Amino acid sequence: MAGVAGGNDFQWCFSQVKGAIDEDVAEADIISTVEFNYSGELLATGDKGGRVVIFQHEQESKNRPHLRGEYNVYSTFQSHEPEFDYLKSLEIEEKINKIRWLPQQNAAHFLLSTNDKTIKLWKISERDKRAEGYNLKDEDGRLRDPFRITSLRVCSLRPVPFVNRAVYSFTYNVVLKRVSYFQVPVLMPMDLMVEASPRRIFANAHTYHINSISVNSDHETYLSADDLRINLWHLEITDRSFNIVDIKPANMEELTEVITAAECHPLQCNVFVYSSSKGTIRLCDTRAAALCDRQAKFFEEPEDPSSRSFFSEIISSISDVKFSHSGRYMMTRDYLSVKVWDLNMENRPVETYQVHEYLRSKLCSLYENDCIFDKFECCWNGSDSAIMTGSYNNFFRMFDRNTRRDITLEASRESSKPRATLKPRKVSTGGKRKKDEISVDSLDFNKKILHTAWHPKDNVIAVAATNNLYIFQDKIN
Amino acid sequence: MAGADGDDSLYPIAVLIDELRNEDVQLRLNSIKKLSTIALALGVERTRTELLPFLTDTIYDEDEVLLALAEQLGNFTMLVGGPEYVHCLLPPLESLATVEETVVRDKAVESLRKISQEHSPVDLEVHFEPLVKRLASGDWFTSRTSACGLFSVCYPRVSSTVKAEIRQHFRTLCSDDTPMVRRAAASKLGEFAKVLELDYVKSDIISLFTALASDEQDSVRLLAVEACVSIATLLPQEDLESLVMPTLRQAAEDKSWRVRYMVADKFSELQKAVGPEITKNDLVPAFQNLLKDCEAEVRAAAANKVKEFCENLPEENREQIIMTHILPCVKELVSDTNQHVKSALASVIMGLSTILGKDNTIEHLLPLFLAQLKDECPEVRLNIISNLDCVNEVIGIRQLSQSLLPAIVELAEDAKWRVRLAIIEYMPLLAGQLGVEFFDEKLNTLCMAWLIDHVYAIREAATCNLMKLVEKFGAEWAQNTIVPKVLGMANDPNYLHRMTTLFCINALSEACGQDITTKQMLPVVLKMSNDQVANVRFNVAKSLQKIGPVLDSNALQTEVKPVLEKLATDTDMDVKYFAQEAISGTRFTLASLHISTKSDLPF
Repeated sequence: MAGVAGGNDFQWCFSQVKGAIDEDVAEADIISTVEFNYSGELLATGDKGGRVVIFQHEQESKNRPHLRGEYNVYSTFQSHEPEFDYLKSLEIEEKINKIRWLPQQNAAHFLLSTNDKTIKLWKISERDKRAEGYNLKDEDGRLRDPFRITSLRVCSLRPVPFVNRAVYSFTYNVVLKRVSYFQVPVLMPMDLMVEASPRRIFANAHTYHINSISVNSDHETYLSADDLRINLWHLEITDRSFNIVDIKPANMEELTEVITAAECHPLQCNVFVYSSSKGTIRLCDTRAAALCDRQAKFFEEPEDPSSRSFFSEIISSISDVKFSHSGRYMMTRDYLSVKVWDLNMENRPVETYQVHEYLRSKLCSLYENDCIFDKFECCWNGSDSAIMTGSYNNFFRMFDRNTRRDITLEASRESSKPRATLKPRKVSTGGKRKKDEISVDSLDFNKKILHTAWHPKDNVIAVAATNNLYIFQDKIN
Repeated sequence: MAGADGDDSLYPIAVLIDELRNEDVQLRLNSIKKLSTIALALGVERTRTELLPFLTDTIYDEDEVLLALAEQLGNFTMLVGGPEYVHCLLPPLESLATVEETVVRDKAVESLRKISQEHSPVDLEVHFEPLVKRLASGDWFTSRTSACGLFSVCYPRVSSTVKAEIRQHFRTLCSDDTPMVRRAAASKLGEFAKVLELDYVKSDIISLFTALASDEQDSVRLLAVEACVSIATLLPQEDLESLVMPTLRQAAEDKSWRVRYMVADKFSELQKAVGPEITKNDLVPAFQNLLKDCEAEVRAAAANKVKEFCENLPEENREQIIMTHILPCVKELVSDTNQHVKSALASVIMGLSTILGKDNTIEHLLPLFLAQLKDECPEVRLNIISNLDCVNEVIGIRQLSQSLLPAIVELAEDAKWRVRLAIIEYMPLLAGQLGVEFFDEKLNTLCMAWLIDHVYAIREAATCNLMKLVEKFGAEWAQNTIVPKVLGMANDPNYLHRMTTLFCINALSEACGQDITTKQMLPVVLKMSNDQVANVRFNVAKSLQKIGPVLDSNALQTEVKPVLEKLATDTDMDVKYFAQEAISGTRFTLASLHISTKSDLPF
């Protein structure tokens, strides 16, 4: 069975699974975002407990050539803590809504993480040297008698001047040298230590919940979007941001749509898009005006009147928007489908893929259990030839844009043996269920895959299933 | 000096060295700031061989520590043994020039530039220039951005082969992959052009400038505008048209408002750099377009430059250019939809009157001033009023007084207290320009009304305003117009207003002089010592202390002292406290009065 990625036929196989196996899942452990960095060397996850875990790709070892490198924990830190806004009497959750890596600028790595209100810039750096040598205490931290120790240092470290001198002048020299000798610390190698330190905190700019952050291609600014506004920040300035989109009506009763996601164009520094709960996408040009309240382009697919129902508006709400790496296309995810839009064509998407069309008849119960409001994300592969998004029952879907082939895979413990090939899954849509098919009614709606990430270059994917992170890769034959 | 005694004086230095890596940032910072003391104690050799290698690897520290270190190292030449050894400072500064924190990098570059001057020409080529090259070809953009700031300091002092290499490096960085490096190169382009030979400016710099000015990133293009100023000043007039103007024209019409904003913001500098002829032919239409730009930010930036631009126009046809080209745009801006644009214009428009002279001002500018005085946005009106002095010199303020008054009254009663506060601050200026008669007739009531404003900051400013008015119009005027009204408030049922009387007396006593203070103000203050509100009573004590120096000694002894003594036994704690404060304070003044009278005695 062919896998989906760039047209080449191959199979996906299991590589790793992270997280506890326990049946009862702690709320704080639920993964809320997954993101590879620009090189794919690092993979970051955020969870509902406000933690960020970073995995590093280990080089493939020569002893086990059949194994591609694995991702191992590189750094774990608490990014956000729960807070309470006393003015508004509101609890602010620590849940990490989004993580975005900055392009690498020196040996350290930087990422932005955000909860509902506050964005933080973190530096992840390595340290492999430690200073040694104190004047006033020894290495165990015990205080020294300053007089005695300095003289000791002199004898042990500087014997040469004294050897050549006559014995009677020796004491004199020792005293002289003793008082003028200080130990300058020296740096000695030590075990590698990875440190995460908060570098900047961008707070107090969002009245509503932040749903997106996106770094601009100029590498000095980024945008942050909440339900009604989008702000533009300079990465080095924390005390002010510019409001570039504001859709808050003067009278909140007239509110008809909210911003659901926003992203900067990967190449053009002046272009960004934002999607709305009405299923439309606006593309704005920051060159045209300081406040982008009028979009440059408006992407909307006319509604098919025949399929109109009570749920039409809810399921057309866009939960994620992503530019392709080339910057030519963008992809949007709504409840039942993924659409690929050509930036040059506003009136309809160039491609539409059904993610789980079989749920259309189940909308009523999905509305009742609130699943209809789930926010599925979507992602491109490195060459923009394939896309991936999640579904229920720990299923996730991939679509090959060239061959139009699609595949359903499952992230489950059962197939989590090293190099085990992932078997394609099928959900029965007709009346009669074939062998190997799963009926719609037996799908587990509590197991949902909302967050996935695709390595920027290789066929390596990270899939977040509740509190577990699955990593799959293509099988090398 | 030798022996155990020496340890006492050296102990603090041992502490300083150890604290270079204390866990407490403040202690580390403290040690780094005293790095010269440490180096001095170690001597030049150990500073070079031990301290500097340690510092070179200390780039893990907090930004503020690194910043202090970068700064210290710029002044370290003597501590490593003088110019002969200055190159020893390069390794630590090199590592500091690669950290991600911009302020630290910039400081390291600044220190590198400083110590580059202390390198001999040979050392510069052997040690400094290789460092610049290493930074310029570094893997990370941080080191490449730092390199951009170092080319211009070494270029003038190296051989022509090395010069060629430096030019090549700069060229490479101008087309770097990352926008950060291109931005750094663009921002140093002007500075680098200044040290280059003119031929290379024409051959190298111009092509780089043109490329950066059409970069895909807005943030790079807008920096090219700044470079444009420096480059234009370097080139002979005849080359400007062909080498600079096409790019400048393009920038003024850039698709991105941020670039056009930059052009508007730098317009005066550009105008000076390209000279009168190009200004007339090119910049005038460009400026007109900026004033009519579709983005308010750009219009506001251009509006800010209206006066400076007009001032710097060539004198022979200045008036004609302003009247036919600039003024029509200005007229439109007066009724702009954006209040920031209008208020930017209002802050400079009055300056045009000195340039255009009396007749033009009356005929063309006056209607604009009047329109702005009636603007719905208070900031616009305020900006006009705050610049009245320019007009006063040309046509006299009377021309405006008809419209001025309603505008002032409206601002004086604005719902926002900050607006009221701002207009109060202009009152003394207005009073001076309008004259005492006009003031008494129209503005005096306003000034008194502010005294009973419900915002304390306004009442406070109002008392201060009264003092300035008295300084302007004199004690006699005060006695006739202000003092009776102020003293009248002492009987107000609202205790806040009664306190205002005291605050006014505090402010006015000195300007009014001994006579008025003793005869008119003092009785009122003393009477208020029986006020039922404690706050009033302790303010009486404070006032008495304040006006004490103005009173004659007789009144102090016979009238003030008994009252203060009585207040000192008040039931209220605060009243007691301030009365006692006043007694001790006033005694002091008594003594000093005594001395001064004594020394005045003729011998």
